[in-house]
Parts: sequence; C-alpha cells; structure tokens
Amino acid sequence: MDWLLQQLINGLALGSIYALIALGYTMVYGVLRFINFAHADVLMLGAYAAYFIAPAVSTVLPLPSLTGTLIIVLLSAMICAGIGMLIEILAYRPLRQRPRLTVLITAIGVSLFIEFTCQHKAVFGADTKPFPQLLPVHDFHLAGLVIGSNDLVVVVTTLLLLVGLWFIVQRTKMGTAMRAVSYNQQAAALMGININRIISFTFGLGSALAAIAGILYALKAPGIDPLMGVQPGLRAFIAAVLGGIGNLPGAALGGLLLGLLETFAGGISGLSNYRDGIAFAILILILLFKPAGLLGKATVEKV
Amino acid sequence: MSSPLSPATPTCAGAKRWLIAGIILAVVVSQFSAQFNRYHLGILVDIGINIILAVSLNLINGHTGQFSLGHAGFMAVGGYTAAKISLVASPMLPPALQPVIFLVALLAGGGLSAMTGLAVGVPSLRLRGDYLAIVTLGFGEIIRVVVQNMESVGAASGLKGIPKYTSLGWTFALAAITIYFVTALVNSTYGRGFIAVSDDEVAASSMGINPVRYKVTAFVTGAFFAGIAGGLYAHHKQFLSPTGFDFLKSIDIVVMVILGGMGRTAGVVVAAILLTLLPEVLRQFSEYRMIIYSLLIIVLMMARPQGLFTWKRKKGGAA
Repeated sequence: MDWLLQQLINGLALGSIYALIALGYTMVYGVLRFINFAHADVLMLGAYAAYFIAPAVSTVLPLPSLTGTLIIVLLSAMICAGIGMLIEILAYRPLRQRPRLTVLITAIGVSLFIEFTCQHKAVFGADTKPFPQLLPVHDFHLAGLVIGSNDLVVVVTTLLLLVGLWFIVQRTKMGTAMRAVSYNQQAAALMGININRIISFTFGLGSALAAIAGILYALKAPGIDPLMGVQPGLRAFIAAVLGGIGNLPGAALGGLLLGLLETFAGGISGLSNYRDGIAFAILILILLFKPAGLLGKATVEKV
Repeated sequence: MSSPLSPATPTCAGAKRWLIAGIILAVVVSQFSAQFNRYHLGILVDIGINIILAVSLNLINGHTGQFSLGHAGFMAVGGYTAAKISLVASPMLPPALQPVIFLVALLAGGGLSAMTGLAVGVPSLRLRGDYLAIVTLGFGEIIRVVVQNMESVGAASGLKGIPKYTSLGWTFALAAITIYFVTALVNSTYGRGFIAVSDDEVAASSMGINPVRYKVTAFVTGAFFAGIAGGLYAHHKQFLSPTGFDFLKSIDIVVMVILGGMGRTAGVVVAAILLTLLPEVLRQFSEYRMIIYSLLIIVLMMARPQGLFTWKRKKGGAA
C-alpha cells in the first residue's frame, strides 16, 4: 500500500510536467493543426535561461529563495515566450498556406537546428551542466511516505498554471479569440479577429508554459543538456494525443495518466527495463482503438 | 507535389534501362574491387547502401506523401536479423554456400522488417500524416530499448564478428533492383495510386482508391528495402550497436530525400551519393554537419520544396 501511494506521488509529479508541456503542443495544434516539434527545445531553452539568469539574480537575492526563484521563472518564461513567437514568425508564418507536410518537415528542421546549434561548443556545449538549487529542498516524511518538496512544488505550480490557463482561455477576450481561431480560422478573421496576433499569442503562451515545465524538470533532473527536452517532449506529445489533441483538459489528463503509468511500470521489476517503450506502446494502442483521444471528438475531413 | 497523372507506359522501358545499367555497372566495378583501397571501397559500399535507403524512403515520404522518421529503425531490424542468421548459419555450412546464406539472411531481414512495418504502419497510417512522424520516431526508440535488452544479439555492448559478406557487386546490384522496383511500382497503373494519395487523399478515395491500403503498401515496401539495406550494412561494418540506428541516422536519410526532391527517384539517388561523399570530404567541419542539415531542411522547405536536384519529369519515363 505504501509502495502504491509512493508511486502515486512520484507519478503525479512526473505527470504534472508532462501535462504542462502537452498543453503547449495541444494549443498550437488547436490553432494551426500541426505538431510543433520545436516545442521540446523551447523547454530546454527555458531551463538554460534559468541556468544563466540564476547567478545574476543570486547576487541580489541569495538562492535558494522563493522570491528569487519566482523572478528567475518569470524572466525565463518571458524569454521563451519571445523565442516561441520568433520561431512562429520566422519559420511557420511564411508557410501557412502550404501543404501540412511542408510545415511538419520545417518544424522538425527547426527543432534539429536548435538542438545542434545549442550542442555546439560555442553555444552551450553538449555536456551536462549542474542545475542550480533554486529552492530549499526538504523531504517530508508522512506515515512511511517520502514527499520531496520539489515534487510538491511541481504539482502545486502545475495546478496553479492550469487554473490560470483555464481562466485565460475561457474568460478573457484573448482566450475567446483563440477558441474562435481554433474553431474556424476564416470565420474568426471575418469577425474582426487578428489571426496573426492570436497565433503569436498562442505560441507565446505555450512557450512560456514550456519554459516553466523545463525549469521544473531541471529541478528534479540531475542536470541540463541541449537534448534534455527530447524525451519529455515526446512523452508530452503522446500525452496530448492520449487526451485528445487540441483539447486542453485532455492534455492535462493525458499528461497525468502517462506520468502515473510510466512511474508504476518503472517500479515493477520486470517492466522497468522497458520503461522507455511504454509511452509508445500506449500511443500505438490509443491510435488503434481511440484515435481521437480520451476526451477528443472524432472529426471527419470535409472537402 | 502535384504531378500530372499521365497514363502509365506499359513497358517501363526507362526503368528497365536503369536496372540493366545498374547491374552491369555493379558486376563490372566489382571485378576491379581488389584494386581500390579499402577506404574508397568502404565509401562506395556506403553510397550503395544509402541509395537503397533513400530510394525506399522516397517511396514513403516522396511518392506517397507520408512522413516517416523511422527508417533507421527498420534498418536495425533487418541488420540484426540478417547478422544473427549468418552468425548462426555460417559456421555450420560449407563456405561454398556463402552467397546462399547471405541471400537468405538479407531476405529474412527484409521480411521481418516489412512485418514490423506492417505492425507499425497499420495503426498510424489510418490517421493523418503527423501521427506517422511521431509513431515512427517512437518506433526507433522502442527498437533501441528492445535490442538493448536482448542478450542473444549482444544487448547494449553490440553484436560483433559478423562475417564480411557485403561486396560492391551485392550492394550495387541490390541498389539497382531497389531503384528498378520502386520506379516500376510507381509508374505502374497500380502505382499511380501512391501519387494520387499524396496529392489528395479525399479525392483519391472518391476515385475508388483506398488511401490506407496504398499508404500501408508503400510503408511496408519501404521497410522491406530498409531491412535489406540494414543487412548489407551489418555485413559491411561487421559490428552492430543499438545506438548506431538512432534518430540521427533516420534524419540523414530524410535529408537525402528532401534534398533530392520528394518523389523524384533520380534526384534522390544523386542526393544520396552527394550526402555520403560530403561528410568524408568535409571532415574538419563535421561539428557543423547537423547544423547545416537542419538549416538545409528549413531553407529547402521555404524556397524549394521540390528539392535541389530536380529537373522536369519526363513524360511517362522513369520518375
């Protein structure tokens, strides 16, 4: 029973990070109908932004501290939002009327470009760098369970961000416009919505979430490297498909489910070697039996 | 990617010329292979293997308009299968049977690879193209995990001591057969369906073409030849490691197809040759190779999505 609860806690922490990344994939898919492969690399850039900002902040506010961390996270999120918008304007906007395959291939190109430029020794270098300790670490012992403070931070931050995102999408003018664009771009444009601005905003919002997810991931990981985004990025994409791509609650649900499944499988001795393959097995199963995802609606392509 | 659906020529004369020229070239060149130095010989075999990989991926990513990122995974399936078979069989049988063992090993590798392709392709190809990219990306990962946990193929430390069966003759004869097969398939009446699916799935299905069946056929055929290429690769390098067939290997092949022009076999062959030679020539710039590749993908998609080495498609001739 203890084992079960312990895995549940670990799984929730991992799943929260997947959920945050998955939201970015699903939002972009909602408005542009393509997989933004570079999303995983924005996550990595977020962690690196924090890595480089942290020493500067710590001269004013000694780390680990909550205020200092908040400043670092906010700055990193803003930088990444800018990067995300820049990627969209430079790489995806010129191709908006082109076939989807062209955009997809470009997205893969952008992702590879970021990864390999960052791996070059003149940029970040390919080696793993130790991530600074941003927050005080403490293990809470509760009835035989160990709850790390970082796990709590991850889960609570994700919850707050999910509520915030829900508010933006459902209650603000921007969010209403986002939903309109994702429903029908042409009709939205006819209603006076500036499509380019909404798409930029979506990329910015998704990238900011990715940056925060990247920092949370780095808090728990042993260090950061230019390829750190690839694995969580792939998992998060699968989470988005699992929940129903284009569907925001679905992405959150899919992320949590995937995190839990992976953690439980990792805890079972015979399965732990195959842990990396589990997400993909789930992807294949969901594509076979419920391709629209758990919360998605099946759509028929019309001419 | 719009191409006129010109009526298929019944004879495929152009394609047959390719096949005969290729096989003659392979046989002639392999007579002189003793005079090449080992380094050049190795590069020539690399070129042949890459031609097989690029032309077979072109059937999926080019002619049929899908996007697979898992060609290295199929190469791994074929390579490991073929290597295991020849490792087991070659000590038991007389050396005179070497070519037979090799042929059986290659075909078994291609066959298993094709079956894997069927298992991967059926769920993902029922849906739109983006899913195939992710599933094949994940597939490469699964292959790596499975191989790393399989003691019988050396697990993480790799499979060593594979007999050196691959020669120039084998490689280029198989490359010629691959080019012939893919070209003849696409130029046949049946094969026009691939191009129709690539142009517009909805329109194609309204013309009585089953897009899923065509996509799966292209995917499985491509996987078969990737498996053959993997077998050649295994008996060429004589060593296989699970990390050798990673995502980057798949990207290499994808870049060949994009550079050569998706759906243009001749362009893809030229690109495969160039992109095998270039890294050898520009060794001192190897740290920039992948940066250049990724920029190349982005720039080509924006400026020349039809590829660099394309010329006007000859009417009814070899694509």
